[in-house]
Amino acid sequence: MSECDLVIIGAGPAGMAAAQTAAQGGLSVVVLDEQPRAGGQIYRNVGENRSKHAWLGKDYSAGAHMVDGLDHPKITTHFGATVWRLEQGHRVVWSQNGISHITSTPHVFLAGGAQERPLPFPGWTLPGVMPAGAAQILMKTAGMLPKDAVLAGSGPLLYLIAAQMIDAGTPPKALVETQTPRMMLNAIPHLPRAVFGLSIMIKGLGLIRKIQRAGVPRYKSASGFNAAANTDGSIAFSFTHKGRNKTLNTDLVLTHQGVIPSTHISRSTGVTHRWNAAQVAFEPTTDIWGETNVSGLHVAGDGAGIGGAQAAAAAGQLAALNILHKHGRLSADARTQKATSARATLFRARAIRPFLDAAYAPPAEVLSPPDETIVCRCEEKTAGEIRQGIDEGVTGHRQIKTSLRTGMGPCQGRMCDATVRGILIASAGPNADPIAPPRARTPIKPVTLGELAAMAAGPDQSS
Amino acid sequence: MGQPEITIIGGGVVGLSVALGLLQAGHRVRVLDGADSDARASQGNFGLVWGQGKGWDFAPYANWTVDALAAWPAFSKTLKELSGLDVALDQSGGFEFFTDQREMDEFSAMLNTQQAHVGERFSHEVLDGDDLRSQMSGIGPNVVGATFSRMDGHVNPLRFLRALRVAVTKLGGQITSDAHVAKIAAHQQGGFDLTLTNDDKLGADKVLLCAGLGAMTLASDLGFRTKIRPQRGELLITEKLGERLPFISSTVRQVDEGGVQIGGTKADAGMDDSETLDVMAGLARHAVDVFPALASVRVIRAWGALRVMSPDGYPVYAQSTQHPGAYLITCHSGVTLASMHASRLVDWIDETSSAPNLEPFDEHRFAL
Amino acid sequence: MNIASRFNVLPDDRQTVQFTLDGEIVTAKQGISLAAALLAQSGTASRQTVNGAGRTAFCMMGVCFDCMVNVDGVPNTQACMVTVRDGMRVTRQIGLRPLEGSNDV
Repeated sequence: MSECDLVIIGAGPAGMAAAQTAAQGGLSVVVLDEQPRAGGQIYRNVGENRSKHAWLGKDYSAGAHMVDGLDHPKITTHFGATVWRLEQGHRVVWSQNGISHITSTPHVFLAGGAQERPLPFPGWTLPGVMPAGAAQILMKTAGMLPKDAVLAGSGPLLYLIAAQMIDAGTPPKALVETQTPRMMLNAIPHLPRAVFGLSIMIKGLGLIRKIQRAGVPRYKSASGFNAAANTDGSIAFSFTHKGRNKTLNTDLVLTHQGVIPSTHISRSTGVTHRWNAAQVAFEPTTDIWGETNVSGLHVAGDGAGIGGAQAAAAAGQLAALNILHKHGRLSADARTQKATSARATLFRARAIRPFLDAAYAPPAEVLSPPDETIVCRCEEKTAGEIRQGIDEGVTGHRQIKTSLRTGMGPCQGRMCDATVRGILIASAGPNADPIAPPRARTPIKPVTLGELAAMAAGPDQSS
Repeated sequence: MGQPEITIIGGGVVGLSVALGLLQAGHRVRVLDGADSDARASQGNFGLVWGQGKGWDFAPYANWTVDALAAWPAFSKTLKELSGLDVALDQSGGFEFFTDQREMDEFSAMLNTQQAHVGERFSHEVLDGDDLRSQMSGIGPNVVGATFSRMDGHVNPLRFLRALRVAVTKLGGQITSDAHVAKIAAHQQGGFDLTLTNDDKLGADKVLLCAGLGAMTLASDLGFRTKIRPQRGELLITEKLGERLPFISSTVRQVDEGGVQIGGTKADAGMDDSETLDVMAGLARHAVDVFPALASVRVIRAWGALRVMSPDGYPVYAQSTQHPGAYLITCHSGVTLASMHASRLVDWIDETSSAPNLEPFDEHRFAL
Repeated sequence: MNIASRFNVLPDDRQTVQFTLDGEIVTAKQGISLAAALLAQSGTASRQTVNGAGRTAFCMMGVCFDCMVNVDGVPNTQACMVTVRDGMRVTRQIGLRPLEGSNDV
């Protein structure tokens, strides 16, 4: 068992910013991240790429200085390190190369980030259908560019990836967008506040102009996604557009419908979570500093509610300042004073969220897809089977799970929880009580019996 | 439709098994089930249909368990006919593995006593480690031996719960979810009025309290003296395997879908159903001791589940003396005993000529 | 069905490594994940579910477990969480994992 002042889980913008702030304030910091290198998903591999792939854009290469900031004598980093248990108090249990370690610490900052919202439709499990963010990871980590891909769904990331593909010389074949005029109307009341995030708005409009100039066809207000495999392995991607069924044949369909917080660790540790109706996701309940109801545990960044990279970095700094204060390294006044610029950044970055949340809201058919759609990819359970379970009288997430096995596979519900909830809510009607978030248990990620057995106390340790 | 004559409080394995039997006997039945987040022993259970060790110091329980084992094949067939779901009953015999000789000797002695209670209807063998390893490849060197009984086995625990729910509904049973009973009032002339926490009011001729740990308050309201307590058991389940393990045991067993369940721990932790690192590691160690090839298999989930324990650990089947028509039915081996709860327990409730003598299970065995 | 890769791999000066996929030699850029290398090699499924459905790497960030393959005899290995190495023996996984060792034919 090792010890330190602060364990940071996740080396994305929130974790990296917090590590730097905390280390500069004098704390010994251990940073754990599952990936082989720092950066999180947004700055994935930026320490290696630097500004090599100009088509990834300036915002991406700007992340390199954050990665450099981890090079500090008070910071110890472990990559390929999967946290599989977090105990109040705190003990952090993590696995690296098949061996589990325990780090004990008074403070934990959970900066686990987000995952893409699963976008289920008939055929989304076929080879040739992937999340757009996954394709972006391939662009960043392997220099692999999607060939003639169809981008489907909605959200700022979809436009960003389209623009990156255009700049890299492999523009998408088409954009099939779920955004409807109604969503845009719903977003307009949030525009005045969004002006505080004007630079982000301007950047977004620039991306859309780039897509238009490149002549990429856009199918707006599309619905009824369906993917089928052609005999040559390509995908026949069909959808309804302007009342007609349209099919595009392509090697690759890249889907995106926004991102949702990764909450397995925070849920397993006893943090209270609230339903964020605008973002259609559960998030941990925190104060402005990221402090939770669990003593000594802070959560911030996209894992505490989606705000984007700039907001995450600012929130990471705030969490670190508060931890420095709690650890007796910083007075309350000094903490507040040092927080001024990060709070301003956070305010600006968050100002645009209500507009984006409304403009790119997930449509009803994404939240509660048609019967033939596989919802649980691990157990291959369909929306129809879940509805049958509901007809049999079950009323909640847990009973759906125990009677149908949804969420019982190796992904532990990460790919189906949101959809199971959507189906439950849709079947219960709009006035139903909110369905509580499903309980998360350890191990947070699968771990072998052998690795677990090696942690057992006892005199006769078998070799 | 008139009011259901029998209301069962509790929609877990016990309540639904009794409901199934009552419906088959022609009663009108309503089952009040709790909320998704309630402590549900039936969702954490291990699925054992198991005799070894049961009732070694209490002959009526030893006999009742053996009756249950014998009745399971027909019961699972009925369930399949009614629900369309195969609960994957496998009673090809079960092992208790030991890595400690003293524990094994103690358990063998218990089995001998149990055998004496039930005679020919039960059988067991004791195998030393080398015998075991010569009969079955893959058993680890740390295993000192095992006991074996050919009547033991298991079902798929969660599919069983689902099958019961579907079968009860199919027979016309009415299952109400999110129903918590706030108050039960007994009529002078017989019959009960139930008030739910949402203020709904229901009437019933008879009330069966099968709510496990949720029965504590209501049981004392109805004049029962049994004190039910939680006992935490922790479990692990692994990713699915394409092959079958060559054994069923009470601590390591493979569900028909392929995952391996590991369990068998006991702890008094109140209503805390958390999983703990030490116990998880100990369970993993046991599994790898028993069958070393499991070392490379990944644990997907660990959980704590709360067993429903009476003071002596044996079932309680009691009718209220203060309020005839109110019954307390509670036990911890709800899966094994389900075949009895769906058949002979109903004869007892109906007081038919073939009713079993369940007097030893009455709660008067507990001191006031 | 044997579709070529659904991606263009940008030429660069990185070194390459060689591993085998179901016995056939595959060349990949050093430092990339095994999932990326498999997607660069072919567009066909890298595993089959228990119901016989083909799957490839999906989320690329360790969340979905669709990229599971057998690596050097270790089944259910997440290809997106492993960096390619010279001499790696990779086999596609058909159905559920075996208890021990590879499911090489």
